Amino acid sequence: MVNSISIKINNKEVQVPEGTRIIDACRDNGYKIPSLCFLKDINEIGACRICVVEVKGISHLVPSCNNTVQEGMEILTNSPRVREARKINAELLLSQHNANCPTCVRSSNCELKRVANDLDLTDNWYKNEYPEALWSKSFPLIRDASKCIKCMRCVQICDKIQTLNIWDVSGTGSHTTVDVSNNKEIKASDCSLCGQCVTHCPTAALHERDDVEAINGIDGELANPEKVTVAIVAPSVRASWGEEFGLSPEFATDKRFVATLKSVGFDYVFDADFAADLTIMEESSELIARLREPEKYSWPMFTSCCPGWVSFAKTQYPDILPQLSTAKSPQQMFGTVIKTYFAQKKGIKPENISCVSLMPCLSKKRELTLPGMDSAGTGHDIDYVLTTREICRLIKADNIDVTLQPETNFDDPLGEASGAGVIFGTSGGVLEAALRTAYFKVTGKNPDLGENSPLKVLRNISSHKEIEIELGNKKLHCAAVSSLGEARKLITSIKRGECHYDFVEVMACPGGCINGGGQPIHPSYNSMPNSYTERDHCLREYDNRNNIRFSHENKAIQTLYNDYLDFPMSDRAHHLLHVEKY
Amino acid sequence: MSRLVIPTNSEAQNVVEELYKDLERRIIASPPGLCPIDVTAAFLRMCHAQTCGKCVPCRIGLRQLTNLLEDILNGKGTMEHLTKLQETARVIESTADCAIGYTAAEMVLKGLDGFNEDFISHILHNRCSSGLEHPVPCVALCPAGVDIPGYIALTAEGRYADAVRLIRKDNPFPNACALVCEHPCESRCRRNMLDTSINIRGIKRVAIDMAGYVAPPECAPSTGKRIAIIGGGPSGLSAAYYLQLMGHQTTVIEKRKKLGGMLLYGIPSYRLPRERLEGDINVILETGVEVQTNTAVGNEEGQITLEELREQYDAIYISIGAHRDKKIGIDGEDSIGVVSAVEFLRAIGDGNSPDLSGKRICVIGGGNVAMDVARSSVRLGAERTAVVYRRRKDDMTALPDEIESAMAEGVEIMELYAPEHIEADSRGAVKALWVSQQMPGAISGGRPSPTPVGTPPVPIECDIIIAAVGQSIESKYFVEQGIDAKRGVIQATGWTSIQNMPGIFAGGDCATGPATVIRAIAAGKVAAANIDQYLGFNHQITCDVEIPDPDLSDRVPCGRVNLKERDAIERKGDFTITQCGMSLKEAQQESKRCLRCDHFGYGNFKGGRIKSW
Repeated sequence: MVNSISIKINNKEVQVPEGTRIIDACRDNGYKIPSLCFLKDINEIGACRICVVEVKGISHLVPSCNNTVQEGMEILTNSPRVREARKINAELLLSQHNANCPTCVRSSNCELKRVANDLDLTDNWYKNEYPEALWSKSFPLIRDASKCIKCMRCVQICDKIQTLNIWDVSGTGSHTTVDVSNNKEIKASDCSLCGQCVTHCPTAALHERDDVEAINGIDGELANPEKVTVAIVAPSVRASWGEEFGLSPEFATDKRFVATLKSVGFDYVFDADFAADLTIMEESSELIARLREPEKYSWPMFTSCCPGWVSFAKTQYPDILPQLSTAKSPQQMFGTVIKTYFAQKKGIKPENISCVSLMPCLSKKRELTLPGMDSAGTGHDIDYVLTTREICRLIKADNIDVTLQPETNFDDPLGEASGAGVIFGTSGGVLEAALRTAYFKVTGKNPDLGENSPLKVLRNISSHKEIEIELGNKKLHCAAVSSLGEARKLITSIKRGECHYDFVEVMACPGGCINGGGQPIHPSYNSMPNSYTERDHCLREYDNRNNIRFSHENKAIQTLYNDYLDFPMSDRAHHLLHVEKY
Repeated sequence: MSRLVIPTNSEAQNVVEELYKDLERRIIASPPGLCPIDVTAAFLRMCHAQTCGKCVPCRIGLRQLTNLLEDILNGKGTMEHLTKLQETARVIESTADCAIGYTAAEMVLKGLDGFNEDFISHILHNRCSSGLEHPVPCVALCPAGVDIPGYIALTAEGRYADAVRLIRKDNPFPNACALVCEHPCESRCRRNMLDTSINIRGIKRVAIDMAGYVAPPECAPSTGKRIAIIGGGPSGLSAAYYLQLMGHQTTVIEKRKKLGGMLLYGIPSYRLPRERLEGDINVILETGVEVQTNTAVGNEEGQITLEELREQYDAIYISIGAHRDKKIGIDGEDSIGVVSAVEFLRAIGDGNSPDLSGKRICVIGGGNVAMDVARSSVRLGAERTAVVYRRRKDDMTALPDEIESAMAEGVEIMELYAPEHIEADSRGAVKALWVSQQMPGAISGGRPSPTPVGTPPVPIECDIIIAAVGQSIESKYFVEQGIDAKRGVIQATGWTSIQNMPGIFAGGDCATGPATVIRAIAAGKVAAANIDQYLGFNHQITCDVEIPDPDLSDRVPCGRVNLKERDAIERKGDFTITQCGMSLKEAQQESKRCLRCDHFGYGNFKGGRIKSW
């Protein structure tokens, strides 16, 4: 039981729970305090000094983000001194920020811009000076030093949530900035490209490599008459694309997205959920095969659809790589199938097909270039990856009125997808989808997916979910973790022999792809954005509404096997849909 | 990869540590008269290098403050720069997370307050109002402006008598100053940039010790003017000396038996032997000074009035010093055995030393006088001598060397004890000094204020209590005569005149409050020049001694020769001088350490030698 204490905010007496942060106490009582560096429980270092308040009896101003209320405290959130301090500190930040707002990808949701606008900064007296941006233009993650406000959120999110310690403070004194830790080049670092630093960056100091121009430019894919352009829509993108247009997920449906993409000029729009179903067919078969000869394998088997996680495993725990499913991610499977099966079926030269994958992810931009991701034999199976943010920018650039778009189905013959495929986009979804099919394969019947479903626990909102499920005579112990920190905890536990699992799903981003590094950004001082639960709900609804809820019941998948791949884990399937080694 | 590593400094870090020390010494050697804005900008850049870079006000704010200052220094400043400077510094001061930021901003705010005029001069006229002359640091910091590099060079060449003549151009007390001067000249010695300051006073002592008797220069032809000098201490006698050299006739009116003022009545002979002081005074008197001892100025019987002096003399210089003791202000202060430091030292000066054999002494105070009293008590046979001080030893105003010497002689320093009351026995004689334990509190005026710990007072049993808690000025009579004084301190101008009292001048301790001998001498010198001018003359005081050319050899860092004292066990039994002079070999080395700022740097352009005044 937390005691209530009484304080005064702007001369108004209020009761707040003991131990409340000043910023929360003020916000809860209607006095919103601007902040920049603050990220609740992650970054409470009081670096920006924008959130300062005046506390009676203390001569200096107090940062409200990392100090708690005390009995009898009298807080002024907008005294003349506070106003001056906020304004000057914001001006100081702006003086070292490359404020080229009109050409900035964060123009619409830059936290620095918002603070400056809210404070009514109309002029800046200080000399504008910012560092040169020296960075590899080819790496999928770009750091623009000229925009960094040194809030240190990226350092903290990578250290505390992802435990990869990619970023660190660099330089001292006036030259203090952020850079790749241990003086490494980003390319040589262990960066998983999860992109959590990007979505928590208050400005555009961190952003994805922009590949939009390669699609809609004068020499871009859409402009090339030779090219058949294929868009692949990731499960989680349908839950978030509308946010960039201010539309509800109920209106901004997957089908309206298809129509929009068509009007931008894509020749075909496919649903990555189809490939997710394909992944499940392969991965569940692989699991069952491994379970038949348990002594031949190390356990648990890990999922492999998240490239951030695969990268993490490669750099942090190379010894567990044989435990990763050899099944490629849905994106890569789809690329292969499009450039083989689909190309043949349509009589299109695979080299004339341009596969553009629309993903919530930066790591996918690297995945397409990895060795073995060219199974169709015509170069990269996937040609481009655009993040949710990039594809929305592309749509906006065409000035398409999304609200007037109709709802159009995904293209056939790879257009059908199950509800199991769509939940790939949220934490626990891959595991649930795999278990739905594995259960069927072992027991010959589908598990209950309703209120009494044994899989229900996997739909909880948690970074670590566990399930025990009877699969014939075998009881499977499975887990689904999201965030690399959770993954590290779990692996450490397994290595110490503290626990045992048969099958584990790992998603690099907290909450899964719906909270991916390529998703729309909603500035907040909460490390999990508010939109996260809405996106999760959205995907669950797509699953619930789907008539087909099991990958093995997907007719298009069955056709693909009948026509082309024979059966899961067949030689052809193995050649096209699996990796030889990581 | 191990979990913990024993920290070791990198080579770079070791060098940086060395640079920090170099910088510390360099700051000590900062030449006087630098542009305060330029210095602030330079300091800010250093502060900025120290920032951890975490928070905005410090990381960016200090940089922008530097930019604003640079604009002002480069003549691009506007009055808006000043406003912006103020605002920015204010916000850094109130929002920087740690001391690195807010103290840096405080520095700027202090400057905006303290040298606002310099800012405005830079902004409006693109002119720096300071730094127009770059004086030789030691000369500039000597209140009397003694030609220090000159006499060091002369001493190095063995021209001791010339050295004494050169010193006397600005200071007629070379003996006294060779032994007891507080040597402000050494505080910013440029030699600090290499190693440490020159032992200037030590070199002066060599010159004095070796020179023997040196006659004063010839006086100028008589002007027929007569000047009365009230008080025969260092200030009065200095004024008398120079006025005599200018051809005026001075009369020194001294209240006590002997001349010398505090040099005689305040400083014990183990620091300044009587014959040394007499050596200085005799040379001064050789110029023809008339002396009336045992004569006080006042309106009581047997005293001369100021009015009479005004009638008989063409000008008057008041240099009565600060000879009245201050009271402790506690109960029991009138008990038998409670004496003031002034009384105690005066008795010794007049040759009436008390016998303290077997007595337990408590000295209250922490200044040089407290040390003089304590060390004298030891020499007079006291069984136990304790200095009771309400602050910490570190906060004492006494010179650290004095404290150390006193302790070596067996004086006990009882720090952080505030006197509460004095307990007397049935005869009314001192039995104990009751004190209460203190702790250092908030800093006020540069020193922590003593704050009671709250424990009950404890007694320090003793037979005699000597209060060395400061002196005041007996200026009441002069105030009655229309001379302005604040808390007893006579209000004289910077050129020693008294407002609305033409012909009356004042200087030394009586016009400043208790200060140093060299400041008193300097006031005498200033008074002499201005009285000469007041009387319608412009006599120049010069010295025809040729200064040797500087040595061109390399300046290799070299240790400073400090003066030793006779062993404590031996010296504490007598009043013979405790400090030993340098050997000639030491003096040679020490003199050669002088960087000759009178010649090198700005010295050979404009800031060098003042040949006459």
